[in-house]
Amino acid sequence: MTRRTLAVISAGLSQPSSTRLLADQLAAATRDELVRRGSDVQLHVVDLREYAHDVVNNMLTGFAPAALREVIDTVTGADGIIAVTPIFSASYNGLFKSFFDVLDSESLIDRPVLIGATGGTARHSLALEHAVRPMFAYLRSVVVPTAVFAAPEDWADGTADGALRARILRAAGELADQIERRPPATGPADPFALTTDFLQMLGRGDGPPVS
Amino acid sequence: MQFGIFTVGDVTVDPTTGREPTEHERIKAMVAIALKAEEVGLDVFATGEHHNPPFVPSSPTTMLGYIAARTERLLLSTATTLITTNDPVKIAEDYAMLQHLSGGRVDLMMGRGNTGPVYPWFGKDIRAGIPLAIENYDLLHRLWREDVVDWKGKYRTPLQSFTSTPRPLDGVPPFVWHGSIRSPEIAEQAAYYGDGFFANHIFWPKEHTQRMIALYRQRYAHYGHGSADQAIVGLGGQVFMRRNSQDAVREFRPYFDNAPVYGHGPSLEEFTRETPLTVGSPQQVIDRTLGFREYVGDYQRQLFLMDHAGLPLKTVLEQLDLLGEEVVPVLRKEFDALRPAHVPAAPTHASLVAAAGGAKDSTVHAVDDVTGKAPEGATR
Repeated sequence: MTRRTLAVISAGLSQPSSTRLLADQLAAATRDELVRRGSDVQLHVVDLREYAHDVVNNMLTGFAPAALREVIDTVTGADGIIAVTPIFSASYNGLFKSFFDVLDSESLIDRPVLIGATGGTARHSLALEHAVRPMFAYLRSVVVPTAVFAAPEDWADGTADGALRARILRAAGELADQIERRPPATGPADPFALTTDFLQMLGRGDGPPVS
Repeated sequence: MQFGIFTVGDVTVDPTTGREPTEHERIKAMVAIALKAEEVGLDVFATGEHHNPPFVPSSPTTMLGYIAARTERLLLSTATTLITTNDPVKIAEDYAMLQHLSGGRVDLMMGRGNTGPVYPWFGKDIRAGIPLAIENYDLLHRLWREDVVDWKGKYRTPLQSFTSTPRPLDGVPPFVWHGSIRSPEIAEQAAYYGDGFFANHIFWPKEHTQRMIALYRQRYAHYGHGSADQAIVGLGGQVFMRRNSQDAVREFRPYFDNAPVYGHGPSLEEFTRETPLTVGSPQQVIDRTLGFREYVGDYQRQLFLMDHAGLPLKTVLEQLDLLGEEVVPVLRKEFDALRPAHVPAAPTHASLVAAAGGAKDSTVHAVDDVTGKAPEGATR
């Protein structure tokens, strides 16, 4: 049985949070889909609110305090990521963006990501496409085609077979597909690993000396 | 083991008075701090090099030359010398001259500098930071070891039959440290040459230092300079002390809260937990500093940052009294007792001369262009 880890990131600020609720539903659906296909799934849910100060401190000092470091290692070492943000002022909220700002920009390359958002009105729904998806494009992650937006009306008539539920299941299936195509993640990259040796750096690795 | 201080040379408002020193005052304060370091029995004074406000030390050899003339024993070093934006030819000349004038009290710490705009002011590009550090240092290394250099590289005009003068004092180049916070390439560079490696070790978690030193030690052994525990390691540190630790915390907090680099971010308590910063009694500083050895092994040089964030000169001098009188004597004794016999001390000019089999004059005497003859009595 293949072991898979899913990092579930919620940037919801209120408690309880509809953003967290959407994140949980996406996580459960993805987990069920992966389990159905024979994987053993471990979920790591991160409420960014709990790390808000640490994220700001990281921006100011250049390093992550220990608790945030653990979260970053979990996220950058996961097989798949579910990232959900409330839409504020036509985009992700500042906390969501700040968290991804403090990650090494190469730490999520080729990582399967499912994006989701919540908002006060369905008119915000395309923020997922014009703000959240491009951010992950910059990080060179693989964002699944279905992004899931939940507006108040989705929660109001959210029946087991409602439109939101259908989108969640479709997105979860897409994320499971992407995860399954890849070998299990080997954990976060080591930023202190030496990837070259000195003679190569000096330009003498495979040829005559520079001088 | 060597103990000393390193300074950034920042001009910063004292947050408790709102007063900002002038450049002149800060320059004079740096000199006073260096003289005090010798007076209280410290071994090393190292100055930063910066080419933009709010920093004053743009001309390290001028300052160190002046300090050399006013001190007897103090080792003069840098933290760091910009190997990226300085011409390696000028570094070779300036520091060889300083070594002659100071009577063999100079070593250097190479660094890249991380301020993007500085690079183009000197015709360079920060994106080539690592390759510049590699190529420039390789040239510097040769200029101090070969009387006549023919050289061609990517970042500087070629040299033909070039002799860097003066030749190194007693025929022995100054010892070089390479400083870095988190670039494994620089640890590799230091290891390749068998030079020292200095982990800045302030403002960052100890895990960075631990990983970088481990890599340096492993590669030092790989390149055949000795065993991993014989590699030459230096660490930074940052402390503020009063006899009563609560007084230290109360007095330092406004400087911490408003400091460049980390101010307005984590609390003093968080930062002392997450980084090697120690604010407290001399005994707390002793205990914390002795603990560094537990994650980097036996090491050779410990430098403290004592004078940043707008601390007034009077306070800094009091700190140096505490450091020199109460902290360093204990650390010296404890570290020396713990260090096994096969682990060397930090190289000095004297130890390098001894290792080279004694001092030799390495003057290169001019050769007449037409006759090819050296002046009578001269040797090459």
